[in-house]
Amino acid sequence: MKALILVGGYGTRLRPLTLSTPKPLVEFCNKPILLHQLEALRQAGVDHVILAVSYMSEVLEGAMRTQEQRLGIRISLSHEKEPLGTAGPLALARELLTESSEPFFVLNSDVICDFPFTDLVRFHKHHGKEGSIVVTKVEEPSKYGVVVCEAETGRIHRFVEKPQVFVSNKINAGMYIFNPSLLHRIQLRPTSIEKEIFPVMAQDAELYAMELQGFWMDIGQPKDFLTGMCMFLQSLRVQHPERLHAGPGFVGNVLVDPSAQIGENCTIGPNVTIGAGVVVEDGVRIKRCTILKGSRIRSHSWLESCIVGWLSSVGQWVRMENVTVLGEDVIVNDELYLNGANVLPHKSIAESVPEPRIIM
Amino acid sequence: MLKAVILIGGPQKGTRFRPLSFEVPKPLFPVAGVPMIQHHIEACTKVPSMKEIVLVGFYQPNEALSRFLVSAQQEFKIPIRYLQEYAALGTGGGIYHFRDQILSGSPEAFFVLNADVCSEFPLPEMLAFQQQRGDPHSFVMLGTTANRKQSLNYGCIVANMETCEVLHYVEKPSTFVSEIINCGIYLFTPAIFQHIGEVFQRTQQELLLGACLGEESPNGWQRAEVIRLEQDIFTALAGRGKLYVYKTDGFWSQIKSAGSAIYASRLYLSQYSQCHPERLAPNSPEGPTIRGNVYLHPTASIDRSAVLGPNVSIGKGVMVGAGVRVRESIILHGASLQDHTCVLNSIVGWDSTIGRWARVEGTPSDPNPNDPYAKIDSETLFRDGRLTPSITILGCNVTIPAEVVILNSIVLPHKELSRSFKNQIIL
Ligand SMILES: Nc1nc2c(ncn2[C@@H]2O[C@H](COP(=O)(O)OP(=O)(O)OP(=O)(O)O)[C@@H](O)[C@H]2O)c(=O)[nH]1
Ligand SMILES: Nc1nc2c(ncn2[C@@H]2O[C@H](COP(=O)(O)OP(=O)(O)OP(=O)(O)O)[C@@H](O)[C@H]2O)c(=O)[nH]1
Ligand SMILES: [Mg+2]
Repeated sequence: MKALILVGGYGTRLRPLTLSTPKPLVEFCNKPILLHQLEALRQAGVDHVILAVSYMSEVLEGAMRTQEQRLGIRISLSHEKEPLGTAGPLALARELLTESSEPFFVLNSDVICDFPFTDLVRFHKHHGKEGSIVVTKVEEPSKYGVVVCEAETGRIHRFVEKPQVFVSNKINAGMYIFNPSLLHRIQLRPTSIEKEIFPVMAQDAELYAMELQGFWMDIGQPKDFLTGMCMFLQSLRVQHPERLHAGPGFVGNVLVDPSAQIGENCTIGPNVTIGAGVVVEDGVRIKRCTILKGSRIRSHSWLESCIVGWLSSVGQWVRMENVTVLGEDVIVNDELYLNGANVLPHKSIAESVPEPRIIM
Repeated sequence: MLKAVILIGGPQKGTRFRPLSFEVPKPLFPVAGVPMIQHHIEACTKVPSMKEIVLVGFYQPNEALSRFLVSAQQEFKIPIRYLQEYAALGTGGGIYHFRDQILSGSPEAFFVLNADVCSEFPLPEMLAFQQQRGDPHSFVMLGTTANRKQSLNYGCIVANMETCEVLHYVEKPSTFVSEIINCGIYLFTPAIFQHIGEVFQRTQQELLLGACLGEESPNGWQRAEVIRLEQDIFTALAGRGKLYVYKTDGFWSQIKSAGSAIYASRLYLSQYSQCHPERLAPNSPEGPTIRGNVYLHPTASIDRSAVLGPNVSIGKGVMVGAGVRVRESIILHGASLQDHTCVLNSIVGWDSTIGRWARVEGTPSDPNPNDPYAKIDSETLFRDGRLTPSITILGCNVTIPAEVVILNSIVLPHKELSRSFKNQIIL
């Protein structure tokens, strides 16, 4: 089977991290975002993944060559000259997608969940129509476009953008499977699959929705990235508790790369991910944070709800909170307070940031 | 022989020093580890032939003051008395009321010192200056240089450049008069009481006259005795060949706001390195890391992994846990800083507790470091209806939970907080 992953955007909302690394390669719970999807796809029998990219990145290409080897699958990059939206890239990759007559998957690159690919194939074959999309329940549907479908079969009636009165609490989860016949509906021009293709398919009774069990999160911005991390670690707790770190000084779900070093008298957790080669010195308190590869957190600092970018250094007695995000190679001097700071890469910070702001 | 009078004010004064002045009379608030006026007393006792120190104020007799008197007399081996005014009589009224007591034993001269200043107290220099003048009856006030803008908050002195005679004196003018300001430290001869007496007689007569004419005196009879040295005496003495200014370049600051107590502590701590090195904590392998000047009370228990300074004063019985950081702060007796806390630019009240990994931080109100004549601004708490960022003050017996941040806030006594606070007064 084949899968096409939309990795086109610049990932502006995940800046400053995406100023250094293409979004698909940013580590989420110690694994590049894209790898979470590649591995789940392979598990479901996918042997050819097409990445639809709108900018060329040597780093991404290199990384994909490595993954081809590691996973034993074929990975193609389909490069568009101008951004083609969420449907146009399918037309561009038409040749690759029609090499066989099997249905293929299409994914948004920045959603995280227990990927239900095997179930989705079964669901899709069962109703036998052109497309199936995964939907997930949300608490506040008025913020999203919702999907109205038949309870029994999942047949989609219609889509409603940001409904003011309750019509449904199910939203598009960004994972689809289509028969190759779908490609007749798409032209090679910038097109939105959600707005221009799906409504027509629904009218034709060719589109079905499968409800996702378990957690789901679009991790395209820092706040949601952290929320998604909490969900992911909790699902690890249920499915693979042995991968989580336990012991004195660790609270709740904590993921620590084996090459990281943690000092004495620290309290880490709940909901913390510590990347490869990270050094956490003595007496540090961390909760609800992601610390990316090669960073150092110096003694007696306190971090909550932060993402610390690669190779950064956080000084002693620093307090960082409220979705502070440090880009790559940022230095935070001793004793500072960062509240909701968004710090661009290669920056050295010598003054506190008491109110949320961007540090150029 | 000589005497000294320290004007300590009373409970209605020092409101900018709240909530700390709720617990202890402001003159006894510890600055660089010792009560504010102990610095005055020590300076007085270094003047040869100093025979007695008199504190004048309108505090009710209280335990803190009595205990201080006992211990200071023991330490400095000099009689120290407290004389209580029946009401606030002003900076001149109090000494006039108690003139007989001050003059008993016939001192040739006496110093008068405001309690709420911090200074090098160049008292011997003032004496020598008076003697040089050749006029045994001249009065000397200590002056220092301020910048033009800030001079308006002080008593301003225009002096003859050669003779140093005070030609003109205005208290807190509304427009610029002079950058030489009054430090609140004076050397008087007994003749000062004639001048205060004249003012007293005149006001009393005016009040009598007013009463005969049926005018209701708004403040009652006693108010004839309310006399201000600055407005009522110095302004009149200026230009009459009586009053001289001795200018100092040594350190000097008022202590009005709590923030200025941290600044004053810094000034005194750096003075300790010359005159009281034993009061400064050393860096030793068994002890905590000390950066710059730090005063540690011998009974404080400090974990050796703590890092303290510069400008930190830690009081009696204070507990400082592992990995604690304190900078530019005063920690009052009985307080407890639990592991990994970070305290910056703050005053932590008596018996307060700060939980693990909490951060207590204020904004310093230091004078502009690029202006040698800048003074500390002791502004009011609010500007345009908003709390101005200031040092953080925790009143007595305040509890800060673990892991929160308290920023630019003032917490009144006996509060138990349950979350973070920023830029707030917590009642
Ligand atoms: N190939 C391709 N993919 C796209 C394009 N626009 C969006 N995508 C992808 O579609 C998915 C949803 O897009 P958005 O939620 O807008 O995310 P984004 O553009 O990556 O990031 P932001 O700049 O932060 O909005 C993501 O996986 C994007 O990578 C496009 O023009 N071409
Ligand atoms: N004994 C006594 N001392 C006083 C009295 N009023 C003020 N003082 C003290 O005299 C010193 C100067 O006080 P003030 O004149 O009120 O203060 P200031 O320096 O002019 O500053 P402001 O508070 O801004 O007016 C302080 O040490 C006071 O404690 C008083 O009525 N009696
Ligand atoms: Mg005054």
